[in-house]
Amino acid sequence: MRMRWIEIMVGFFMVLGVLALLGLALNVSGLKLSAQQDDYTVHARFENIGGLTSRAKVTLSGVQIGEVKSIKIDTQRLVALVTMDIYSDIDYLSIDSSAKILTAGLLGEQYIGISVGFEEDSLKDGDYIDDTQSALVLEDLIGKFLFNKVNN
Amino acid sequence: MLNQFGSLGRAMLDRLAGIGRAGGVVWQSLVAKPTPVVMFPLLLKQIYFVGVLSLVIIIVSGLFIGMVLGLQGYTILVDYGSEQAVGQMVALSLVRELAPVVTALLFAGRAGSALTAEIGLMKATEQLSSLEMIGVDPLRRIVAPRLWAGFICMPVLAIIFAMVGIWGGALVSIEWLGIFEGSFWSNMQNSVDFSEDVLNGVIKAIVFGIVVTWIAVFQGYDCVPTSEGISQATTRTVVYSSLAVLALDFILTALMFGDL
Repeated sequence: MRMRWIEIMVGFFMVLGVLALLGLALNVSGLKLSAQQDDYTVHARFENIGGLTSRAKVTLSGVQIGEVKSIKIDTQRLVALVTMDIYSDIDYLSIDSSAKILTAGLLGEQYIGISVGFEEDSLKDGDYIDDTQSALVLEDLIGKFLFNKVNN
Repeated sequence: MLNQFGSLGRAMLDRLAGIGRAGGVVWQSLVAKPTPVVMFPLLLKQIYFVGVLSLVIIIVSGLFIGMVLGLQGYTILVDYGSEQAVGQMVALSLVRELAPVVTALLFAGRAGSALTAEIGLMKATEQLSSLEMIGVDPLRRIVAPRLWAGFICMPVLAIIFAMVGIWGGALVSIEWLGIFEGSFWSNMQNSVDFSEDVLNGVIKAIVFGIVVTWIAVFQGYDCVPTSEGISQATTRTVVYSSLAVLALDFILTALMFGDL
């Protein structure tokens, strides 16, 4: 009887541990169970990425459609090369779409906003978005403002 | 002068011999032909004593630590208008640091000292020698199940600690301080990475479990078999495992998160 009780409690303990790990995986770290290879990747070159990091959101009209996979320097053109994972069900981004680096709130995190263009053909795996707009860097903005003031 | 040097050297040699004996205990008790039929009920019993009976202290302290983190994080972050980030702060500090470390310290105090005292008393009352007399290896029969139980229980307890702590933080910040629930969880999910943060925390917990159980079992097995010796061994277990956990935590953090 005592051994039975011990077995039940140990089983309960182990189940509790597994449930907690599942909770950490799904609820806390937001791990997605769906396969990753369904996503397709799109590249974009930016003059300046500001504070963009990998795993930042990629949005269309504010709705998340993917995330930033990696950020590297394009060694040929010496600009930032951002690789994005776009969810596979978003297959209607036209090839003349544009990408902007935006900021959530005044001091919030930075993310990429995609605006769709007018072409019939849509972006496929490995395509490049040519029309990009860099992050708004506060120092540049202030510098331009002061420069204009002096010129006036 | 020469005598002092001599005693210093002797103390160092004693330490080295102790480390050697500790390695021998683990080697002899764990590396052998597995005998699951005999071992499994013993292991279950030890998991019950080491893990299940530690659940209450782990859950209660996890809850309160999470709640304090939520409260402290809120009062600091609200000055910068970014109190939504409290979920991220609570989750990252719990999963990366506090869950493995605090669980290991509590585990050393709750389960490690009990293991040392139990094995030490067995040695003092000659139960270990009697086992040897009737042809049962005490390392296999007494020490091995306790080692395995500690290795298994410590990561499970740390995971439970982290989850309960995050719930405690969520309770304080969502229910009592009125942070918007969606941004609390989504901020957390955006910043916590499963392999980077959660799995590294679990690896830490596994390492701490091995170290704490090893120290506890060895101190019990190697103690001077008197009442005073047992009390000293129990103290040493708690002191050595706490120091080892804190020092190892720095090393593991530097390896995992810092670019040293």
